[in-house]
Amino acid sequence: MLLLTILADGVIYASWLFIVALGLTLIFGVLKILNIAHGSFYAVGAYAAASFVAWFVSMDMAPEWSILAMLMAAVATAALLAPLTEQGLLRFFYGRDEVLLVLVTYALFLILEDVTKLVWGPTPYYVSEPYTLFGNIEVGPLFYVGYDAMLVVFAILCGIGVWWALNRTKTGKVVLAVIHSDEVASSMGVNVSRIYTFAFAFGIFLAALAGALTAPMVSVQPGLASGVIIVSFAVVIIGGLGSIQGAAIGALIVGLARAAAVHTWPAAELFSVYVAMAIVLIFRPEGLFQRVQARKI
Amino acid sequence: MNRIRISRKLAAVAAAASLVAGLSHAEETFRIGVVSFLSGQAAESFGIPAVNGAKMLVDLFNKGEGPAPYNKVGFGGMKIEPIYVDEAGGATKQVQELRNLYDREKVDAVVGYVSSGDCLAVAPVAEEMKRFLILYDCGTPRVFEERSYEYVFRTAAHATMDNVALGRYLKAQGVDVKTVNYINQDYAWGHDSLRDFNATMTQLYPNATTGQDLRPKFGAGQYGTEISALMSKPATVTHSSLWGGDLQALMLQSAPRGLMKRTQMVLSAGDHVLPGLGKKMPDGVILGARGAYGLMSPDTPLNRWWFSNYEKRYDVYPVQAPYRMVQAFMGLKLAVERAMQANGGKKPTPEQLAAALKGSEWESPAGMITMANANGHQAIQDTAISKTKFSTKTNRVELVDIVRFKARCVNPPADMSSEEWIKSGFKGAQC
Repeated sequence: MLLLTILADGVIYASWLFIVALGLTLIFGVLKILNIAHGSFYAVGAYAAASFVAWFVSMDMAPEWSILAMLMAAVATAALLAPLTEQGLLRFFYGRDEVLLVLVTYALFLILEDVTKLVWGPTPYYVSEPYTLFGNIEVGPLFYVGYDAMLVVFAILCGIGVWWALNRTKTGKVVLAVIHSDEVASSMGVNVSRIYTFAFAFGIFLAALAGALTAPMVSVQPGLASGVIIVSFAVVIIGGLGSIQGAAIGALIVGLARAAAVHTWPAAELFSVYVAMAIVLIFRPEGLFQRVQARKI
Repeated sequence: MNRIRISRKLAAVAAAASLVAGLSHAEETFRIGVVSFLSGQAAESFGIPAVNGAKMLVDLFNKGEGPAPYNKVGFGGMKIEPIYVDEAGGATKQVQELRNLYDREKVDAVVGYVSSGDCLAVAPVAEEMKRFLILYDCGTPRVFEERSYEYVFRTAAHATMDNVALGRYLKAQGVDVKTVNYINQDYAWGHDSLRDFNATMTQLYPNATTGQDLRPKFGAGQYGTEISALMSKPATVTHSSLWGGDLQALMLQSAPRGLMKRTQMVLSAGDHVLPGLGKKMPDGVILGARGAYGLMSPDTPLNRWWFSNYEKRYDVYPVQAPYRMVQAFMGLKLAVERAMQANGGKKPTPEQLAAALKGSEWESPAGMITMANANGHQAIQDTAISKTKFSTKTNRVELVDIVRFKARCVNPPADMSSEEWIKSGFKGAQC
C-alpha cells in the first residue's frame, strides 16, 4: 500500500513539475536561454487564471467553464508577454555570453515580481472552484482529488502534444533544425527569428498553463514565482537541458524521490531531490537525455 | 540713546531666537524605521497588514486622535516620521538596511522584523551600534535566551506561549490525545514551534506518541504528498505552525481530501488566513493567533477604537500582524513620553529610551503588555485559543469555544528558558 501511495503522490507531483519544466527545457533547447524568469511567467499565469475565472463566475457561467478560463489565461499571458519580452528585450542579447542572458532573465524575474504586485496587488486570490470539479478518487485508504488525476492527464497530453508537434509536423521539424544549428537552418532559408519568437511564446504558454492549473490549489499571491523555479531547474538538469523526454523522466525522478522521502524519511525531503540529481550527474554529467556535444571553436 | 537702541536690538534678536527655538521644537520629528515584508511570500499575511496598521496609527497619533493615554500629538509633541523598509532579501541585506537606517536615515528608533532569522541577525548589530531597536513580530525564543541586550526589545510574546496555550486548550477541552502528527516548515520558526508543542504534549499527555514529523520547505505550495502521509497514519491531533500562503495552500488542498475528518488540526498561528479563505476554511480547526488578537481580542474601549478604525480604513478586520505592530508603537510612544518627562522635554537618547521601556507595562488592544522577561526586554501577554466555525449570518469564519490564558500561565518566568520551563512541568505557572 505504501508503494502505491508513493507512486500516486510521486506521479501527481511529477505531472505538475513536468508542465512547468517542459516550457523551460523547450526555451533552452531552441534559444539556449536559461530562463530564470520562467517562474514569473508561471506566477502571471496563476494571476491571469484567477482573473479569468473570476470574470467567468461574474458572468454566471457554470464552474466547468473555469477550465476554459484557465486555458484562456495561459494563452493571453503568452500572447501579451512573449512578444514583449522576446522582441523587446531578449533579442538584443542573442549571440552574447549565456551568463549575460541568465542575468537579463534574472532582472526580468525581479521586474515581473513587482509588475504582478502593481497589477494585482498583494492581496491573495482564490480560484478553488475548479479544484472540486472532478470529485474524489479513492485509492486504498486515501482519497485523492479528481483534479489531481486531471493534472496527470493534462501533463501526458502536453508531453505527447509537444513531442508530436516537434517530430511529426513541418514546423516542428524546422524547430528541430534550429535546435540542431541555427546557422545552418538560417542558410537553408529558415526564418530563425520567427522560430525563436514562436518557441519562446510556446514555452511561456506552458509556464503560464502550469501556473493557471496550480491556481486552484493555492492562494495566488506574491512570491509564487521563486518557489517553482529551483525545482524546475533540477528537473531539466536531471533530464538534460533541452530534452522533452528528459523533462518527463526528470520530473518523475524528482516526484518519486520526494514522495518516497516524505513517506519514509521526511527530514530528507528536500535533500532527496538533490541527491537524485547528484547521482544522475555523476553517471551522466550532461543529464539523462542530452547527447555529449563536441565543443565548437 | 545708543543703549536703548542696543537693548531694543538685543530684545529683537532674543525674541527671534526664541521664536526659532520654538519653531524648531514644534517641527522636531521622531523618525522611525519600520521594517516588514512589503514583497514576497510573507507580505500579504504579515508585512502589509502590519505596515497598514502602522500607517493608520501614525496618522491618528500625529493628529492627536488616539484615546488616552495615547492622545498626545505624535510622540510627546514630536510628529512621527516613518520610513518603511522592505524586509525581503534575507538576513545579510537586513543587517545592511539596519545600518543604513541608523547612519544615513538618522532614525531615532527602528520597529521591525517578522522573520526569526532576521531578528537573530539584526539584534546584535543594533546592540553594537548602541541604537534603539524593537522587534515587533518574530517568534523564536532564542533572541533573548541566547544573549542579553541593552538596546533591543521585543514587545510581543514569543512562540512558546502559542504552543503551550494550544496544549492547555486541548486539555481544557477534554481532547483525549493518543498520537500527534506534525507538519512544520523546515526553518527556525517551524523547528522552535515543533519543539515547544512536542515538549508541552509530553508534559500534558505523557502517554501520547509522535507519529509523522513532516518538515516541508518554506513556500513549498504543493502538499499533496504530505496530506497523503498525514492521512495514511492519522493521529488524534495534527499540529502545524504553517502560516501565510503555505497555510492557505495546506487548507485548500487538505479539506477536499477529508484530512480534517480524520484528525483534529491545531494551528499555532492560523487566524490571519481566515478573512481570505472564508468558507474554504474547514469548521472545527483549533487555532491560535500568537496573542488575543483579531476575533479573539478582548472587548475593551481601546480595542474597539483600534478594531473599528482599522476595519473602516482597510475594509477587513485586523488579524495578528497589525495587532503586534500597534502594541509596539504604543509601547514606544509611552516610553518616549516617559523619557521626555524625565529629561526635561528633550528628544530622548537611545539610552533614555531603553531605560523608559525596560520592564514597563502598557495597555494594548490585545490586553496588557508586560516587559517581564529577559531583564525587562521581552514581553509577555495574555493569549487565547479557539475553534473555527463558518457563519452564514455574518458570512465569515467566526471563532467559537474561545479559552483565554493569562500571560503567566503560558509564558516562562524571567529566570528560566522556555525549554527548561516546559520540561520542569511549567514550574511557577499561574493559571
